[in-house]
Amino acid sequence: MQKRLIVNHQLLDIMVLRLCHQLIENHGDFSGSVILGLQPRGKFVAQRIQQTLASILGKQVPTGFLDTTFHRDDFRRREVPLAANATKIDFLIEGRKVILVDDVLYTGRSVRAALDAMISFGRPASVELLVLIDRLHTRHLPVQPNYVGLSVNSLQSQRVLVEWQNEETAQDNIWLITKTEV
Amino acid sequence: MQELSVRHLLGIKDITPQDIQLIFETADNFKDVLNRPIKKVPSLRDITIANVFFENSTRTRLSFELAEKRLSADVINFSSSGSSVKKGESLLDTVNNILAMKVDMIVMRHASPGAPHFLSRHIEANIVNAGDGTHEHPTQALLDAFSIREKYGEVAGKKVVIIGDILHSRVALSNIFALQKLGAKVMVCGPVTLLPKHIKELGVKVELNVRKALEWCDVANVLRIQLERQQMKYFPSLREYTLYYGIDKKLLDSLNKEITIMHPGPINRGVEISSDAADSSQSIILNQVENGVAIRMAVLYLLASKR
Repeated sequence: MQKRLIVNHQLLDIMVLRLCHQLIENHGDFSGSVILGLQPRGKFVAQRIQQTLASILGKQVPTGFLDTTFHRDDFRRREVPLAANATKIDFLIEGRKVILVDDVLYTGRSVRAALDAMISFGRPASVELLVLIDRLHTRHLPVQPNYVGLSVNSLQSQRVLVEWQNEETAQDNIWLITKTEV
Repeated sequence: MQELSVRHLLGIKDITPQDIQLIFETADNFKDVLNRPIKKVPSLRDITIANVFFENSTRTRLSFELAEKRLSADVINFSSSGSSVKKGESLLDTVNNILAMKVDMIVMRHASPGAPHFLSRHIEANIVNAGDGTHEHPTQALLDAFSIREKYGEVAGKKVVIIGDILHSRVALSNIFALQKLGAKVMVCGPVTLLPKHIKELGVKVELNVRKALEWCDVANVLRIQLERQQMKYFPSLREYTLYYGIDKKLLDSLNKEITIMHPGPINRGVEISSDAADSSQSIILNQVENGVAIRMAVLYLLASKR
Protein backbone atom coordinates (compact mmCIF):
# COMPACT_ATOMS: atom_id res chain seq x y z
CA MET A 1 0.00 0.00 0.00
CA GLN A 2 1.36 3.40 -1.02
CA LYS A 3 0.36 6.55 0.81
CA ARG A 4 0.93 9.95 -0.77
CA LEU A 5 0.30 13.12 1.22
CA ILE A 6 -1.82 15.46 -0.89
CA VAL A 7 -2.76 18.04 1.76
CA ASN A 8 -0.79 18.71 4.94
CA HIS A 9 -2.17 20.37 8.05
CA GLN A 10 -1.09 23.90 7.09
CA LEU A 11 -2.67 23.64 3.66
CA LEU A 12 -5.77 22.14 5.24
CA ASP A 13 -6.11 25.12 7.60
CA ILE A 14 -5.82 27.52 4.68
CA MET A 15 -8.27 25.43 2.70
CA VAL A 16 -10.88 25.48 5.46
CA LEU A 17 -10.41 29.23 5.95
CA ARG A 18 -10.90 29.85 2.21
CA LEU A 19 -14.02 27.68 2.15
CA CYS A 20 -15.43 29.64 5.11
CA HIS A 21 -14.86 32.96 3.34
CA GLN A 22 -16.55 31.58 0.23
CA LEU A 23 -19.49 30.55 2.40
CA ILE A 24 -19.66 34.04 3.92
CA GLU A 25 -19.80 35.56 0.41
CA ASN A 26 -23.04 33.68 -0.22
CA HIS A 27 -24.53 33.45 3.25
CA GLY A 28 -23.53 36.76 4.85
CA ASP A 29 -24.19 36.55 8.57
CA PHE A 30 -25.70 33.05 8.20
CA SER A 31 -29.15 34.05 9.42
CA GLY A 32 -31.37 31.36 7.95
CA SER A 33 -28.43 29.14 7.01
CA VAL A 34 -27.51 25.84 8.64
CA ILE A 35 -24.71 23.32 8.23
CA LEU A 36 -25.29 19.58 7.98
CA GLY A 37 -22.31 17.23 8.19
CA LEU A 38 -22.80 13.81 6.61
CA GLN A 39 -22.07 10.94 8.98
CA PRO A 40 -19.64 9.44 9.58
CA ARG A 41 -16.72 11.53 8.30
CA GLY A 42 -18.36 14.75 7.16
CA LYS A 43 -19.11 15.39 10.83
CA PHE A 44 -15.51 16.43 11.48
CA VAL A 45 -15.43 18.75 8.48
CA ALA A 46 -18.69 20.35 9.63
CA GLN A 47 -17.31 20.87 13.14
CA ARG A 48 -14.13 22.45 11.76
CA ILE A 49 -16.12 24.75 9.47
CA GLN A 50 -18.35 25.73 12.38
CA GLN A 51 -15.34 26.55 14.59
CA THR A 52 -13.64 28.58 11.87
CA LEU A 53 -16.85 30.48 11.07
CA ALA A 54 -17.28 31.19 14.79
CA SER A 55 -13.82 32.76 14.95
CA ILE A 56 -14.59 34.98 11.94
CA LEU A 57 -18.23 35.87 12.62
CA GLY A 58 -18.22 35.62 16.38
CA LYS A 59 -21.31 33.42 16.41
CA GLN A 60 -22.16 29.74 16.23
CA VAL A 61 -23.82 28.66 13.00
CA PRO A 62 -26.39 25.91 13.71
CA THR A 63 -24.65 22.65 12.81
CA GLY A 64 -26.11 19.16 12.73
CA PHE A 65 -25.11 15.68 11.68
CA LEU A 66 -27.10 13.65 9.20
CA ASP A 67 -26.89 9.87 8.91
CA THR A 68 -27.75 8.44 5.52
CA THR A 69 -27.41 4.70 6.18
CA PHE A 70 -31.10 3.88 5.93
CA HIS A 71 -31.45 5.91 2.73
CA ARG A 72 -28.56 4.39 0.79
CA ASP A 73 -29.20 2.54 -2.47
CA ASP A 74 -26.58 -0.16 -1.86
CA PHE A 75 -28.31 -1.87 1.07
CA ARG A 76 -28.20 -5.65 0.45
CA ARG A 77 -25.70 -5.07 -2.36
CA ARG A 78 -22.74 -4.72 -0.03
CA GLU A 79 -20.83 -7.64 1.40
CA VAL A 80 -21.01 -6.23 4.91
CA PRO A 81 -23.76 -3.81 5.93
CA LEU A 82 -22.83 -0.27 6.93
CA ALA A 83 -23.16 0.75 10.55
CA ALA A 84 -25.72 3.44 11.23
CA ASN A 85 -24.64 6.59 13.07
CA ALA A 86 -26.55 9.10 15.10
CA THR A 87 -28.47 11.85 13.38
CA LYS A 88 -28.39 15.01 15.45
CA ILE A 89 -30.31 17.96 14.13
CA ASP A 90 -31.70 20.17 16.88
CA PHE A 91 -33.03 22.92 14.65
CA LEU A 92 -35.66 23.20 11.92
CA ILE A 93 -34.66 22.71 8.31
CA GLU A 94 -37.93 24.01 6.88
CA GLY A 95 -37.24 27.16 4.85
CA ARG A 96 -33.52 27.25 5.75
CA LYS A 97 -30.54 27.41 3.42
CA VAL A 98 -28.78 24.11 4.03
CA ILE A 99 -25.08 23.53 3.42
CA LEU A 100 -24.32 19.81 3.20
CA VAL A 101 -20.75 19.05 4.20
CA ASP A 102 -18.69 15.94 3.51
CA ASP A 103 -15.00 15.11 3.34
CA VAL A 104 -14.69 13.36 -0.02
CA LEU A 105 -17.06 13.47 -3.01
CA TYR A 106 -16.67 10.29 -5.05
CA THR A 107 -19.64 8.60 -6.76
CA GLY A 108 -22.23 11.07 -5.48
CA ARG A 109 -24.41 8.30 -4.06
CA SER A 110 -23.96 9.44 -0.46
CA VAL A 111 -25.09 12.90 -1.44
CA ARG A 112 -28.17 11.51 -3.16
CA ALA A 113 -28.97 9.52 0.01
CA ALA A 114 -28.34 12.64 2.10
CA LEU A 115 -30.77 14.71 0.03
CA ASP A 116 -33.33 11.98 0.54
CA ALA A 117 -32.67 11.73 4.28
CA MET A 118 -32.71 15.51 4.72
CA ILE A 119 -36.14 15.89 3.14
CA SER A 120 -37.53 13.80 6.06
CA PHE A 121 -36.81 16.78 8.29
CA GLY A 122 -38.55 19.42 6.20
CA ARG A 123 -38.30 21.38 2.96
CA PRO A 124 -35.22 23.57 2.85
CA ALA A 125 -35.18 26.81 0.86
CA SER A 126 -32.01 25.72 -0.90
CA VAL A 127 -29.29 23.11 -0.60
CA GLU A 128 -25.59 23.52 -1.33
CA LEU A 129 -22.75 21.04 -1.14
CA LEU A 130 -19.31 21.62 0.33
CA VAL A 131 -16.56 19.01 0.12
CA LEU A 132 -12.89 19.06 1.03
CA ILE A 133 -11.85 16.76 -1.79
CA ASP A 134 -13.64 16.40 -5.11
CA ARG A 135 -12.50 13.27 -6.95
CA LEU A 136 -12.84 14.20 -10.61
CA HIS A 137 -14.38 11.96 -13.27
CA THR A 138 -15.66 9.37 -10.80
CA ARG A 139 -19.31 10.36 -10.50
CA HIS A 140 -22.15 7.87 -10.95
CA LEU A 141 -24.80 10.55 -10.53
CA PRO A 142 -25.14 14.15 -11.71
CA VAL A 143 -23.93 15.70 -8.44
CA GLN A 144 -21.58 18.68 -8.36
CA PRO A 145 -20.29 20.53 -5.29
CA ASN A 146 -20.71 24.30 -4.79
CA TYR A 147 -17.56 24.65 -2.68
CA VAL A 148 -14.46 22.50 -3.19
CA GLY A 149 -11.29 22.38 -1.12
CA LEU A 150 -9.22 20.56 -3.69
CA SER A 151 -10.00 18.69 -6.90
CA VAL A 152 -8.07 15.46 -7.27
CA ASN A 153 -7.51 13.20 -10.23
CA SER A 154 -7.51 9.65 -8.97
CA LEU A 155 -7.96 6.09 -10.11
CA GLN A 156 -10.93 4.01 -9.09
CA SER A 157 -8.62 1.65 -7.23
CA GLN A 158 -7.27 4.50 -5.15
CA ARG A 159 -8.78 5.91 -1.99
CA VAL A 160 -8.69 9.35 -0.40
CA LEU A 161 -8.34 9.42 3.37
CA VAL A 162 -8.91 12.54 5.44
CA GLU A 163 -7.31 12.21 8.88
CA TRP A 164 -8.18 14.56 11.72
CA GLN A 165 -5.95 15.20 14.66
CA ASN A 166 -6.87 13.00 17.62
CA GLU A 167 -5.25 10.62 20.10
CA GLU A 168 -3.86 8.42 17.34
CA THR A 169 -3.04 10.99 14.70
CA ALA A 170 -0.68 13.85 15.46
CA GLN A 171 -1.79 16.15 12.63
CA ASP A 172 -4.56 16.74 10.14
CA ASN A 173 -3.61 15.20 6.82
CA ILE A 174 -5.21 14.14 3.56
CA TRP A 175 -3.73 11.08 1.90
CA LEU A 176 -4.13 9.45 -1.49
CA ILE A 177 -3.82 5.73 -0.93
CA THR A 178 -2.94 3.27 -3.68
CA LYS A 179 -3.34 -0.40 -3.02
CA THR A 180 -0.44 -2.35 -4.49
CA GLU A 181 -0.99 -5.87 -5.77
CA VAL A 182 0.99 -8.41 -3.80
CA MET B 1 -19.95 -3.10 10.87
CA GLN B 2 -20.76 -6.35 12.56
CA GLU B 3 -23.53 -8.56 11.29
CA LEU B 4 -25.99 -10.74 13.12
CA SER B 5 -24.65 -14.25 13.63
CA VAL B 6 -27.95 -15.78 12.52
CA ARG B 7 -30.14 -15.72 9.40
CA HIS B 8 -33.37 -16.13 11.35
CA LEU B 9 -34.50 -14.77 14.68
CA LEU B 10 -35.99 -17.93 16.14
CA GLY B 11 -35.18 -17.36 19.77
CA ILE B 12 -32.91 -15.43 22.10
CA LYS B 13 -31.22 -18.72 22.99
CA ASP B 14 -29.62 -18.88 19.52
CA ILE B 15 -28.17 -15.36 19.41
CA THR B 16 -25.07 -13.89 21.04
CA PRO B 17 -24.77 -10.92 23.41
CA GLN B 18 -23.05 -9.08 20.53
CA ASP B 19 -26.12 -9.66 18.37
CA ILE B 20 -28.30 -8.15 21.07
CA GLN B 21 -26.03 -5.11 21.36
CA LEU B 22 -26.07 -4.66 17.59
CA ILE B 23 -29.86 -4.82 17.57
CA PHE B 24 -30.00 -2.23 20.38
CA GLU B 25 -27.60 0.16 18.63
CA THR B 26 -29.58 -0.12 15.40
CA ALA B 27 -32.84 0.34 17.32
CA ASP B 28 -31.47 3.56 18.85
CA ASN B 29 -31.15 4.95 15.34
CA PHE B 30 -34.62 3.77 14.35
CA LYS B 31 -36.09 5.29 17.49
CA ASP B 32 -34.61 8.55 16.31
CA VAL B 33 -36.25 8.04 12.89
CA LEU B 34 -39.60 7.46 14.61
CA ASN B 35 -39.37 10.87 16.25
CA ARG B 36 -38.92 12.71 12.97
CA PRO B 37 -41.68 14.52 11.10
CA ILE B 38 -41.43 11.86 8.37
CA LYS B 39 -41.13 8.54 10.18
CA LYS B 40 -40.17 6.43 7.23
CA VAL B 41 -36.94 5.26 5.61
CA PRO B 42 -36.61 3.51 2.25
CA SER B 43 -34.24 0.73 3.38
CA LEU B 44 -36.42 -2.31 2.68
CA ARG B 45 -38.23 -1.01 -0.39
CA ASP B 46 -37.34 -4.12 -2.43
CA ILE B 47 -38.42 -6.56 0.28
CA THR B 48 -41.74 -8.27 0.76
CA ILE B 49 -42.64 -9.50 4.22
CA ALA B 50 -45.48 -11.86 5.12
CA ASN B 51 -46.94 -11.68 8.61
CA VAL B 52 -48.21 -15.18 9.18
CA PHE B 53 -50.24 -15.40 12.38
CA PHE B 54 -51.69 -18.74 13.40
CA GLU B 55 -52.58 -17.31 16.81
CA ASN B 56 -54.29 -14.12 17.99
CA SER B 57 -52.27 -10.97 18.46
CA THR B 58 -52.85 -7.24 18.71
CA ARG B 59 -49.66 -5.48 19.79
CA THR B 60 -47.10 -7.74 18.19
CA ARG B 61 -48.88 -7.83 14.88
CA LEU B 62 -49.53 -4.10 14.70
CA SER B 63 -46.00 -3.41 15.87
CA PHE B 64 -44.45 -5.65 13.23
CA GLU B 65 -46.69 -4.27 10.51
CA LEU B 66 -45.85 -0.71 11.47
CA ALA B 67 -42.13 -1.52 11.64
CA GLU B 68 -42.30 -3.07 8.17
CA LYS B 69 -44.14 -0.10 6.74
CA ARG B 70 -41.74 2.38 8.35
CA LEU B 71 -38.95 0.52 6.55
CA SER B 72 -40.89 0.77 3.25
CA ALA B 73 -41.27 -3.01 2.87
CA ASP B 74 -44.29 -4.47 1.08
CA VAL B 75 -46.46 -6.24 3.62
CA ILE B 76 -48.97 -9.06 3.32
CA ASN B 77 -50.97 -10.30 6.25
CA PHE B 78 -52.20 -13.79 6.85
CA SER B 79 -54.23 -15.07 9.76
CA SER B 80 -55.22 -18.67 10.09
CA SER B 81 -58.86 -17.95 10.85
CA GLY B 82 -60.70 -17.64 7.56
CA SER B 83 -57.82 -19.27 5.62
CA SER B 84 -57.29 -22.63 3.98
CA VAL B 85 -55.61 -23.89 7.16
CA LYS B 86 -59.17 -24.57 8.24
CA LYS B 87 -59.51 -26.83 5.17
CA GLY B 88 -56.58 -28.95 6.36
CA GLU B 89 -53.56 -27.41 4.63
CA SER B 90 -50.26 -28.13 6.43
CA LEU B 91 -47.98 -25.43 7.83
CA LEU B 92 -45.25 -26.12 5.28
CA ASP B 93 -47.70 -26.07 2.36
CA THR B 94 -49.25 -22.85 3.57
CA VAL B 95 -45.91 -21.14 3.89
CA ASN B 96 -44.55 -22.52 0.62
CA ASN B 97 -47.59 -21.14 -1.16
CA ILE B 98 -46.95 -17.75 0.38
CA LEU B 99 -43.28 -17.96 -0.63
CA ALA B 100 -44.25 -18.88 -4.20
CA MET B 101 -45.57 -15.33 -4.38
CA LYS B 102 -41.95 -14.13 -3.96
CA VAL B 103 -41.87 -13.23 -0.31
CA ASP B 104 -38.46 -12.52 1.26
CA MET B 105 -39.22 -12.68 4.97
CA ILE B 106 -41.73 -14.40 7.18
CA VAL B 107 -42.86 -13.12 10.55
CA MET B 108 -44.63 -16.01 12.21
CA ARG B 109 -46.66 -16.68 15.32
CA HIS B 110 -47.77 -20.23 15.97
CA ALA B 111 -49.31 -22.11 18.88
CA SER B 112 -46.80 -24.98 18.61
CA PRO B 113 -43.38 -24.53 20.19
CA GLY B 114 -40.66 -24.99 17.57
CA ALA B 115 -42.88 -24.25 14.55
CA PRO B 116 -40.55 -21.50 13.22
CA HIS B 117 -37.51 -23.74 13.81
CA PHE B 118 -39.17 -26.46 11.75
CA LEU B 119 -39.92 -23.96 9.02
CA SER B 120 -36.37 -22.61 8.98
CA ARG B 121 -35.08 -26.05 7.99
CA HIS B 122 -37.31 -26.18 4.94
CA ILE B 123 -37.49 -22.71 3.44
CA GLU B 124 -35.07 -20.06 2.19
CA ALA B 125 -36.74 -16.90 3.49
CA ASN B 126 -35.59 -15.20 6.71
CA ILE B 127 -37.90 -16.06 9.58
CA VAL B 128 -38.73 -13.94 12.60
CA ASN B 129 -40.41 -15.74 15.45
CA ALA B 130 -43.26 -13.62 16.78
CA GLY B 131 -44.09 -16.17 19.47
CA ASP B 132 -44.23 -19.96 19.28
CA GLY B 133 -46.55 -21.49 21.85
CA THR B 134 -45.03 -21.49 25.32
CA HIS B 135 -41.47 -21.45 23.96
CA GLU B 136 -39.97 -18.09 22.91
CA HIS B 137 -40.99 -14.57 21.96
CA PRO B 138 -37.64 -13.02 21.07
CA THR B 139 -38.68 -9.54 19.93
CA GLN B 140 -40.67 -9.03 23.15
CA ALA B 141 -37.60 -9.93 25.24
CA LEU B 142 -35.46 -7.59 23.16
CA LEU B 143 -37.83 -4.68 23.59
CA ASP B 144 -38.13 -5.40 27.32
CA ALA B 145 -34.36 -5.38 27.76
CA PHE B 146 -34.12 -2.31 25.51
CA SER B 147 -36.65 -0.51 27.72
CA ILE B 148 -34.63 -1.40 30.84
CA ARG B 149 -31.49 -0.13 29.11
CA GLU B 150 -33.30 3.08 28.18
CA LYS B 151 -34.46 3.60 31.78
CA TYR B 152 -31.22 2.71 33.57
CA GLY B 153 -28.53 3.22 30.93
CA GLU B 154 -27.52 -0.43 30.97
CA VAL B 155 -28.93 -3.85 31.69
CA ALA B 156 -25.84 -5.43 33.26
CA GLY B 157 -26.08 -5.75 37.03
CA LYS B 158 -29.78 -4.89 37.21
CA LYS B 159 -32.07 -7.15 39.20
CA VAL B 160 -35.18 -8.16 37.32
CA VAL B 161 -38.03 -10.25 38.66
CA ILE B 162 -40.55 -11.90 36.37
CA ILE B 163 -43.83 -12.37 38.20
CA GLY B 164 -46.76 -14.61 37.33
CA ASP B 165 -47.46 -17.44 34.97
CA ILE B 166 -43.90 -18.52 34.17
CA LEU B 167 -44.98 -22.00 33.10
CA HIS B 168 -47.04 -20.90 30.10
CA SER B 169 -45.09 -17.78 29.24
CA ARG B 170 -42.87 -17.52 26.18
CA VAL B 171 -42.10 -13.98 27.27
CA ALA B 172 -40.60 -15.29 30.51
CA LEU B 173 -38.26 -17.76 28.81
CA SER B 174 -37.03 -15.27 26.20
CA ASN B 175 -36.63 -12.62 28.88
CA ILE B 176 -34.54 -14.94 31.05
CA PHE B 177 -32.19 -15.70 28.13
CA ALA B 178 -31.91 -12.07 27.04
CA LEU B 179 -31.39 -10.61 30.50
CA GLN B 180 -28.80 -13.22 31.44
CA LYS B 181 -26.91 -12.68 28.18
CA LEU B 182 -26.78 -8.98 29.01
CA GLY B 183 -25.51 -9.61 32.53
CA ALA B 184 -28.65 -8.93 34.60
CA LYS B 185 -29.70 -11.00 37.60
CA VAL B 186 -33.05 -12.71 37.08
CA MET B 187 -35.62 -13.99 39.55
CA VAL B 188 -38.94 -15.66 38.85
CA CYS B 189 -41.86 -15.37 41.21
CA GLY B 190 -45.27 -17.00 41.17
CA PRO B 191 -47.39 -19.75 42.67
CA VAL B 192 -45.41 -22.97 42.75
CA THR B 193 -47.83 -24.59 40.31
CA LEU B 194 -47.02 -21.94 37.70
CA LEU B 195 -43.24 -22.29 37.96
CA PRO B 196 -41.62 -24.91 35.70
CA LYS B 197 -40.15 -27.76 37.77
CA HIS B 198 -36.54 -27.34 36.59
CA ILE B 199 -36.50 -23.55 36.20
CA LYS B 200 -33.53 -23.25 38.60
CA GLU B 201 -31.33 -24.99 36.04
CA LEU B 202 -31.53 -21.82 33.93
CA GLY B 203 -29.64 -20.07 36.72
CA VAL B 204 -32.50 -17.93 37.97
CA LYS B 205 -33.54 -17.30 41.55
CA VAL B 206 -36.95 -18.56 42.61
CA GLU B 207 -39.15 -16.73 45.08
CA LEU B 208 -42.68 -17.60 46.11
CA ASN B 209 -43.36 -14.45 48.13
CA VAL B 210 -44.13 -11.48 45.91
CA ARG B 211 -43.22 -8.86 48.54
CA LYS B 212 -39.77 -10.37 49.04
CA ALA B 213 -39.31 -10.48 45.28
CA LEU B 214 -40.23 -6.81 44.92
CA GLU B 215 -37.91 -5.81 47.73
CA TRP B 216 -35.04 -7.57 45.95
CA CYS B 217 -35.53 -6.20 42.44
CA ASP B 218 -34.97 -3.01 40.43
CA VAL B 219 -37.47 -3.98 37.74
CA ALA B 220 -40.61 -6.12 37.98
CA ASN B 221 -41.93 -7.62 34.76
CA VAL B 222 -45.51 -8.67 35.49
CA LEU B 223 -47.00 -11.36 33.27
CA ARG B 224 -50.57 -12.13 32.38
CA ILE B 225 -52.28 -15.26 33.64
CA GLN B 226 -52.73 -17.19 30.40
CA LEU B 227 -56.06 -18.84 31.05
CA GLU B 228 -56.32 -19.92 27.41
CA ARG B 229 -53.27 -22.17 27.81
CA GLN B 230 -54.28 -23.67 31.14
CA GLN B 231 -56.03 -26.98 30.68
CA MET B 232 -56.35 -27.55 34.41
CA LYS B 233 -56.65 -25.48 37.56
CA TYR B 234 -53.29 -24.19 38.74
CA PHE B 235 -54.69 -22.06 41.55
CA PRO B 236 -58.05 -21.99 43.33
CA SER B 237 -59.43 -18.76 41.86
CA LEU B 238 -58.37 -15.56 40.10
CA ARG B 239 -59.41 -13.66 43.20
CA GLU B 240 -57.03 -15.68 45.32
CA TYR B 241 -54.23 -15.19 42.77
CA THR B 242 -54.80 -11.43 42.91
CA LEU B 243 -54.75 -11.50 46.67
CA TYR B 244 -51.38 -13.25 46.85
CA TYR B 245 -49.61 -12.15 43.64
CA GLY B 246 -51.45 -9.07 42.40
CA ILE B 247 -49.38 -5.86 42.27
CA ASP B 248 -51.06 -2.64 43.37
CA LYS B 249 -49.94 0.88 44.21
CA LYS B 250 -50.28 0.24 47.93
CA LEU B 251 -47.82 -2.63 47.73
CA LEU B 252 -45.40 -0.58 45.61
CA ASP B 253 -45.61 2.40 47.96
CA SER B 254 -44.88 0.20 50.98
CA LEU B 255 -41.49 -0.81 49.54
CA ASN B 256 -38.47 1.13 50.68
CA LYS B 257 -37.42 1.97 47.09
CA GLU B 258 -38.98 2.83 43.76
CA ILE B 259 -38.99 -0.05 41.31
CA THR B 260 -39.91 -0.04 37.64
CA ILE B 261 -43.01 -1.90 36.50
CA MET B 262 -43.21 -3.60 33.12
CA HIS B 263 -45.92 -5.69 31.48
CA PRO B 264 -45.81 -7.29 28.02
CA GLY B 265 -49.57 -6.88 27.57
CA PRO B 266 -52.38 -7.56 27.24
CA ILE B 267 -53.07 -6.44 30.81
CA ASN B 268 -55.81 -8.05 32.83
CA ARG B 269 -56.45 -5.05 35.03
CA GLY B 270 -57.33 -6.01 38.55
CA VAL B 271 -55.87 -9.51 38.20
CA GLU B 272 -52.06 -9.53 37.99
CA ILE B 273 -51.78 -5.75 38.27
CA SER B 274 -54.17 -3.05 39.43
CA SER B 275 -54.97 0.02 37.35
CA ASP B 276 -53.29 2.42 39.78
CA ALA B 277 -50.02 0.45 39.52
CA ALA B 278 -50.20 -0.03 35.74
CA ASP B 279 -50.85 3.68 35.14
CA SER B 280 -48.42 4.97 37.77
CA SER B 281 -45.27 6.93 37.01
CA GLN B 282 -43.23 3.82 37.88
CA SER B 283 -44.74 1.95 34.96
CA ILE B 284 -42.96 1.92 31.58
CA ILE B 285 -45.59 -0.26 29.92
CA LEU B 286 -46.34 2.20 27.12
CA ASN B 287 -42.63 2.90 26.58
CA GLN B 288 -42.28 -0.84 25.96
CA VAL B 289 -44.89 -0.62 23.21
CA GLU B 290 -43.17 2.40 21.67
CA ASN B 291 -39.79 0.68 21.76
CA GLY B 292 -41.32 -2.42 20.18
CA VAL B 293 -41.56 -0.74 16.80
CA ALA B 294 -37.92 0.43 16.87
CA ILE B 295 -36.67 -3.00 17.99
CA ARG B 296 -38.64 -4.79 15.28
CA MET B 297 -37.37 -2.34 12.66
CA ALA B 298 -33.82 -3.12 13.79
CA VAL B 299 -34.38 -6.89 13.66
CA LEU B 300 -35.98 -6.78 10.21
CA TYR B 301 -33.33 -4.41 8.88
CA LEU B 302 -30.42 -6.50 10.17
CA LEU B 303 -31.91 -9.80 8.97
CA ALA B 304 -32.71 -8.34 5.55
CA SER B 305 -29.07 -7.38 5.10
CA LYS B 306 -28.21 -11.09 5.46
CA ARG B 307 -29.65 -12.95 2.53
